[in-house]
Amino acid sequence: MSDFLSAGWSTYIALVTLVGIFWCIWLLFSQLKVKVKLKPDGEVADTGHVWDDDLRELNNPLPRWWMWMFLISCIFALVYLVLYPGLGSYPGVLGYSTDGALMNSMTTANDELKPVYAKYVKMDIEQVAADPKAREMGQRLFLNSCAQCHGSDAGGGKGFPNLTDGDWLYGGSPENIKASITYGRAGVMPPFPQLDSNQIVDVANYVRSLSGLPVDSQKTARGAAVFQANCIACHGPDGKGNIAIGAPNLTDKTWLYGASEVTIIETVTKGRMAMMPAQDKVLSPEKIQLLTAYVWSLSNNKQLATK
Amino acid sequence: MSDNFLDGKPVPIEVIEESLYEVRRKIYPRSVTGLFARWRFILVFGTQLLFYGLPWLSWNERQAVLFDLVQRKFYIFGLVLWPQDVIYLTLLLILSALALFLFTAVAGRLFCGYACPQTVYTEIFMWIERKVEGDRFARIRLDGEEWPWGIKKWRLKLTKHFLWLLIAFWTGFTFIGYFTPIETLGLSLLHLSLGPWQTFWLCFYSFATWGNAGFMREQVCKYMCPYARFQSVMVDKDTFLVTYDKVRGEPRGSRSKSVDHTSLGLGDCVDCSICVQVCPTGIDIRDGLQYMCIGCGACIDACDQVMEKVSYPKGLIRYTTERAIEEKKSNQSAIRHILRPRVLIYTTFITILSSAFLFSLVTRNPLRVDVMRDRGALAREVEGVRIENIYRIQIMNSSEHLMRVRVQAKGLDDLKILNSQGKEIEEIEVAPASNQLMPIKVSTTIGQNDSGNYPIYFDVTAQEIVGDKEVIRTRDEKSTFIIPR
Repeated sequence: MSDFLSAGWSTYIALVTLVGIFWCIWLLFSQLKVKVKLKPDGEVADTGHVWDDDLRELNNPLPRWWMWMFLISCIFALVYLVLYPGLGSYPGVLGYSTDGALMNSMTTANDELKPVYAKYVKMDIEQVAADPKAREMGQRLFLNSCAQCHGSDAGGGKGFPNLTDGDWLYGGSPENIKASITYGRAGVMPPFPQLDSNQIVDVANYVRSLSGLPVDSQKTARGAAVFQANCIACHGPDGKGNIAIGAPNLTDKTWLYGASEVTIIETVTKGRMAMMPAQDKVLSPEKIQLLTAYVWSLSNNKQLATK
Repeated sequence: MSDNFLDGKPVPIEVIEESLYEVRRKIYPRSVTGLFARWRFILVFGTQLLFYGLPWLSWNERQAVLFDLVQRKFYIFGLVLWPQDVIYLTLLLILSALALFLFTAVAGRLFCGYACPQTVYTEIFMWIERKVEGDRFARIRLDGEEWPWGIKKWRLKLTKHFLWLLIAFWTGFTFIGYFTPIETLGLSLLHLSLGPWQTFWLCFYSFATWGNAGFMREQVCKYMCPYARFQSVMVDKDTFLVTYDKVRGEPRGSRSKSVDHTSLGLGDCVDCSICVQVCPTGIDIRDGLQYMCIGCGACIDACDQVMEKVSYPKGLIRYTTERAIEEKKSNQSAIRHILRPRVLIYTTFITILSSAFLFSLVTRNPLRVDVMRDRGALAREVEGVRIENIYRIQIMNSSEHLMRVRVQAKGLDDLKILNSQGKEIEEIEVAPASNQLMPIKVSTTIGQNDSGNYPIYFDVTAQEIVGDKEVIRTRDEKSTFIIPR
């Protein structure tokens, strides 16, 4: 696996590395001895190198272990380059990669955590949710993986569902919640280019009337017909939605994108695309179990309190 | 180089080859007694009593000094420091550096000679060596070729290394005792159930102690230690250093005690070479100031004893300054030069920094608060009447007592705080030396303010329950409240 476009670069780098190491070894052995002048009285003078007029270089030999350390470093470098990746694109005998090391430590961590989760995996979601310790763990998982969109309090925001209000686009049973987390959801409201702007204003008024918001009665009456012709396939004839495809219930007071006439007109005109990403690649099944219990507990507090 | 002349005729210069490396010549320092040896003994004893003893003290039913790396909590008697308190470590290091500057400017390598672990452990190991193998000449004889490897030599060497390793091992054990509770560490050592890292550090530290204090010794100072090199930069003409008084001592030479040496043209140095024999780095102080000199003062003690014996005045080798020697002044006049600008500047810095350090430690607030605004969602409408922002508030209790905490928000009219379940937040209990993270909702009425970013403040008040008393701790943490268009 080379990061370079041409294999030549890999060879070039390997060559520079190896030549460098062998040059270091050659340098060491070629410089083992130094020529020094002998004074007439037999005493050793300096090496003859003089700087700044009077700065003379003496020979103060280094300890021999210092030389061995140098040599050992060179040998270590060679052994390392055989075992580990480092010579161009040569992967090394041990087959080590940072990617593999990460995977290994993830597996180890997951194995270590297994006994912590083991007890919860066997329980029903309701039982898990009743366990304060499990909820605490669930909350931490939520803050790490979910709070970016749904908010730290799980209260959601525009386009991101509120998970605490008991209103569910895809159903609020533990199984439904688990499916939403594991496989993700894609919520699509198609745009309606076939409707003219008057029709859209009419249908927006009708939709607002379903949850008792103030509307123009004439427009609402006209809008009812538009609704029956275009919207009931997903939202149902009574506007109560369909959790099988995530079509929102329009009769409650929960609005994912907003309840104002302007917003609803925008929703119908341009459509909406929403995406809950699948977590099965990111989170282990044990973690999803705890998360499901935590999310379920958010809107079933009373039920938990009576238990 | 100019040509050499001998008897007026140029002499051809002979050139020989010399190795750039040499085998270390083992140094056999002779034992020494005296003022500076006593000071070193006191400092070795003091520092090691501290080092070996500290982990065994307890405080509030826990180890008094423990650096718990796993929990990231650092216990120093009544103080529990968190990673957030790293500023204290920074200050401590700056203070240590300044103290090193100051000591070096005043009296050279005091740290090297008396308190550096390398010196301290070498001193301990040499003491054992002396007790087992004898003093300098006995050791030289023992290592010499004329003494073959027999039962006695084996016995002495093995005893020495056994004792060395014992101390090295205990040092390693003590060292990891600062990072894992030393009593449980002792138990798991007895059960041979140490963890892999504990075993590694135990072996590594023991090996390093044994190797550095037993074998490397002066080579650590000469070839490895960076402080030794840069300390010489801080020495000036007025720095007190271990100095041989050349003016008084030269020309050196042996003489009969009965003769007046001045009439022979000799100086006070009797050339007994004891100053060289006692030197732990194997140098001759009479060659002048050298980078190998660790300033231990062993040669001063040794020379003073010789001077006493030959009834010359003491202090041929003494702590004095370059200026005093040059200008032939007494130490009294040299002392007057101690208060020079750099010394005063170092002292001022140390005084200011250490007072700031102590002041901030004493008045340290064990309550810490972090407020993090949710980044994903800016703001949301609640039931069409209120506008809501979400925060995560982290309350950290770094004291060793329970805290009861109340949180208030200020900075905008009609601010209300709810927990993530939408309920009023009662008192939050934060256990000793722990922290609590909770998402909170903060809301205000719609229409009271224009859209924009407003600074708001979280007023956190904690009652720290100390025995039957309550101490009030407060923190103000700033954050931003966003009102969207």
